[in-house]
Amino acid sequence: MTSLRGTGALTRLALRRDRVLLPIWIYTVGIIPVSLAVSFAHLYPTAADRTGFAATSARNGTFTALYGRLSGSSLGELVAWRGGFLPIVSGLLSLLVVIRHTRAEEEAGRRELIGSTAVGRQAGLAAALVVAFGANLGTALVTAVVLSLRGLPVAGSVAVGLEGAAAGWIFAAVGAVAAQLTAAAGAARGIAVGVLAASWAARIVGDRGGSVTPGGPGGALEWLSWVSPIGLVQRVHPYAGPSGARVWWVFGVAAGVAVALVAVAAALSARRDLGAGLLGDRLGPPAASSAFRSPWALAWRLHRGLLAAWVVGFALLGLVFGSVANGVTDLVGDNPGLRETFARLGGRQGLVDAYLATVMSLLGMIVAGYAIQAVLRLRAEEVSGRAEAVLASAVGRSRWAASHLVFAALGPTVAMLLAGTVTGLVHGAAAGRVGRETTHAVGAAAVELPAVAVLAALALALFGLAPRLWPVSWGALAGCLLLGVVGSGLNLSHWLVDVSPFTHTTRPPGGSVAATPLVVLGLLAATLAAAGLVGLRRRDLPTA
Amino acid sequence: MSDAIRADGLVKTFGATRALDGLDLTVRVGEVHGFLGPNGAGKSTTLRILLGLMRADAGRATVLGGEAWRDATALHRRLAYVPGDVTLWPNLSGGEAIDLLGRLRGGLDPRRRAELLDRFDLDPRRKARSYSKGNRQKVALVAALASNVELLMLDEPTSGLDPLMEEQFREVIREEQRRDGRTVLLSSHILAEVEALCARVTIIRGGRTVEAGSLDEMRHLTRTSVTADLTATADTAATAAGLAGLSGVHALSADGDRITFEVDAGALTPALARLAAAGVRGLVSRPPTLEELFLGRYDRGGDAPAWAPR
Ligand SMILES: Nc1ncnc2c1ncn2[C@@H]1O[C@H](COP(=O)(O)OP(=O)(O)OP(=O)(O)O)[C@@H](O)[C@H]1O
Ligand SMILES: [Mg+2]
Repeated sequence: MTSLRGTGALTRLALRRDRVLLPIWIYTVGIIPVSLAVSFAHLYPTAADRTGFAATSARNGTFTALYGRLSGSSLGELVAWRGGFLPIVSGLLSLLVVIRHTRAEEEAGRRELIGSTAVGRQAGLAAALVVAFGANLGTALVTAVVLSLRGLPVAGSVAVGLEGAAAGWIFAAVGAVAAQLTAAAGAARGIAVGVLAASWAARIVGDRGGSVTPGGPGGALEWLSWVSPIGLVQRVHPYAGPSGARVWWVFGVAAGVAVALVAVAAALSARRDLGAGLLGDRLGPPAASSAFRSPWALAWRLHRGLLAAWVVGFALLGLVFGSVANGVTDLVGDNPGLRETFARLGGRQGLVDAYLATVMSLLGMIVAGYAIQAVLRLRAEEVSGRAEAVLASAVGRSRWAASHLVFAALGPTVAMLLAGTVTGLVHGAAAGRVGRETTHAVGAAAVELPAVAVLAALALALFGLAPRLWPVSWGALAGCLLLGVVGSGLNLSHWLVDVSPFTHTTRPPGGSVAATPLVVLGLLAATLAAAGLVGLRRRDLPTA
Repeated sequence: MSDAIRADGLVKTFGATRALDGLDLTVRVGEVHGFLGPNGAGKSTTLRILLGLMRADAGRATVLGGEAWRDATALHRRLAYVPGDVTLWPNLSGGEAIDLLGRLRGGLDPRRRAELLDRFDLDPRRKARSYSKGNRQKVALVAALASNVELLMLDEPTSGLDPLMEEQFREVIREEQRRDGRTVLLSSHILAEVEALCARVTIIRGGRTVEAGSLDEMRHLTRTSVTADLTATADTAATAAGLAGLSGVHALSADGDRITFEVDAGALTPALARLAAAGVRGLVSRPPTLEELFLGRYDRGGDAPAWAPR
C-alpha cells in the first residue's frame, strides 16, 4: 500500500495542529449526555414525573424536530432522546475536521509540499479520516464511561456513545467525498454541510406524523428517517426502544455506509490531480466592477457568504425556538422542579420570558463564535500574506482592520436581532400577543450583544497584542459555553460563573435588565478593542 | 532630493535571529537598483521595513523623502510593491485582483494594464486559486507596473516566471526606464537579470551591506582574468617570473607559451607592459561577471574586501 505511506506522520501532524480543538471536542461533546442525565434526574426524580414529561414531549412537534422521536420514559431513554442533537454536532465537527486536513491544506498549497515527499497520495485523506474517526471514538468512550459511572445501564451507555460516533463517522466520510469534488475548501464545506442539513431535514419529516405516545409506531414517511444518517443512528434506541431491545445492527449499517463513502472518496482522490476538483472552477470577470475599489468592498466579498449563512441560520433558529416557546408552559405543567429551574435560569418574569432569555443566551454564545471568526479573519489575511498586499497600498492599518471588524460587530447584531424578531413574531402570533412577545424577544436578544462584543474584542486584543495567542479566543468561548450550558447544573462557585460575560446578560426580558453590568461589559469590550487596535498599529506585519 | 530610498544602519531582530545588522541602502531617483543577497540575507525584511510594515529596531529608513514607518500610508500612494511570495484571494479573478490592488494605490492606467496582460500572456478571468505561482506573480506585477507610481519595489519578481516571461519582464523594466524614469528597487537572485537591468547594485549578507555601488566600479575593484599566448621567440619562463614579481597578480600559471593569471585593476598596466615587451600572439581578457562578485561575497564573511583572494 504505497499510496498510504506516511499516513502515520501526517496523522501526528494533524493531531498536533488540532491539539486544542480535539480535547475540547471530545470532552465537551462527550460529557453533554451525563449533564443531561443529571438535570433530568433532578427535574423528574420519580418514574411518574418522567412518564408525564415523556407524554407531553412526545406530542410536541418542535421537540420531535429538534431531538427526534422519544422511545420511552426511563431516564436513559430521556437522555438518549434529548441528546438527539449530538449526532448532528458530531457530524458537523467530523466533516469540518476532514475538510480542514484535506482540501483546505491542498488549497493552501501545503499539501503539495508534502505530496512531493515520500508520502503516498492517499495518506492525507487517510490521516484526516483517522483523526476524525478517532475523535469520535474518544467522544463515545467518554460518554459511555461517564454515563455508566452515573449509574445508567452500561450497554445503553455504550450505545449512546456509539450513536454520536456513528454519525460522526458517516459525515467524516461525507466530508472526505466533498473534499474531492471542489477546488475550494469553502465550497466543499458547503456541500458537506448541505448533506448534513438535508439529513436532518429528512429525519425531521420522517419522525413527524407518527404516533404521539412514546415508542408508538412511526408514520408513513418513517422510511425517510432510515435513509437519513441522523435518523438511522437514532434508530439504535440505546436504552431499549419500542421493540424492547436496542438495535445493534444499525451500527453495522452505519459502518457500512461510512466505509462505502470512504471508498468513493479514495477512488475519486486516486483519479484527480492535486489541487483540482472534480467540479470545474468557473471563470470570473476579466475586470473588477467599478465599485470594487476599497478595502470595504474587498471585506464584503470575503465575508458575505459566511454572513449570509449565519443570518439565514439564525432566522431558522428563531423559527424553531419561537414555535417551541408556546409548548414551554405545557411542558412544565405542574412540575415544581422544572418551574423552579426555569425561574432560576431566567429570573421570575414568567416561564416564557425565562425561556426566551435562556434561548437568547445560548444563541449569544453561538453567535460569539461568528464574531470571533470574523475578527480572526484579520489574522488569516495576515498569515496568508494577503494583508501585506493591501497594507503596502494606500490603506492604513486601522482602515484595513475596520473593514473586517464591521462584520464582527454588525454580523452578530443583525443575526441576534433577527433571531429575536423571528422568535417573537412566531411565538407572538401563536400566543396572540405579537407586539409584546416581539419586543421581549428582541430585548432578550439585544442584551446578549455586549457579552458577544467582549469575546470579539478579546480576539481583537489578542490579534493586536499577541497574535500568536489567537486560539485563546476560542478557548474563552469554549469556557463560556461550558459555564453556561453545563455550569448551571453543577453548582459552581459564584465567582467562577461570573467570569463568563454571558452570566451577566442572562436576565429576564421582561424589563428588569440590569443596566450596570451591560455598561460594564460594553466598556470592557471597548477597552479590549482599543488595546488591540493600538497594538496593531505598533507591531510588525506580518508577525510570524 | 536625489535619493529615492535611503536606509542607514537598519537593525532588526526576530527573537534570537538578527535579520538585519546595520544595513545601509541608497537608491537614487530614476535608477534600477539591484538588491542581491543569499537566502535569509534580509532582503525581504529590508523591503518590509521600507514599506513601514515592520519597524526597525535601530537605524533610519527614508522613502521618497518620507519616514518609512511614520508616513507609510501616504508614501504607499506613490509606490507599488510586489511581494516575494504573492498570495491572492482565491475567489477573486485575476483581473479583479489587479484592479483592486491598483485602485487601492490610487488608480491604474487601463491601456497599460491591457498591454501588460497581453505581453505577460495572462488570462484575467481565471480564479486566483487556479493560478500557478508564476501567474500569481504576473498578477502582482501587472497591478504594480500599470499603477501610476514613482517607485517600484520588487521582491524577487521573476522567481516564478519562465525564461520567455523573464525576458518580457526585462523589456518592460527597460521601457519603464526609457519612458518615464521610474525608480525600481529589484531584489533578485538572478544575476543575469540584475546585470542586464541594473546600473547600481547593493549586495548584502547576514543582514549587512557588503558591497554597494555601480557595477562598473565593482568590476574595477576585482580582478580581470587574462590569458596570453606569447610569440614563439618569447621567453615564457622569464616573463612569468617577471609577472609573478608584480604585486596584484595572482593565480599565475605558465603552460608552454601560454600564461594565465588574474590581475587587480591597479596592476593591469604594468602587467600588460610586461606581456607587450615579451611579445604577444593572442590575448583574452575577461572582466569579472557579477556571478564572480556575488560568489566572492557569499563565500566569505561580509567583512572581507571584494578583491581578497578566493
Ligand atoms: N517574521 C519573522 N519572524 C522571525 N524571523 C524572521 C521573520 N522574517 C524574517 N525572519 C528571519 O530573518 C532573516 C532574513 O529573512 P528575509 O526573509 O529578509 O531574507 P531574504 O533575503 O528575503 O531571503 P530569501 O532570498 O530566501 O527570500 C531570516 O533568517 C529569516 O528566517
Ligand atoms: Mg525574500
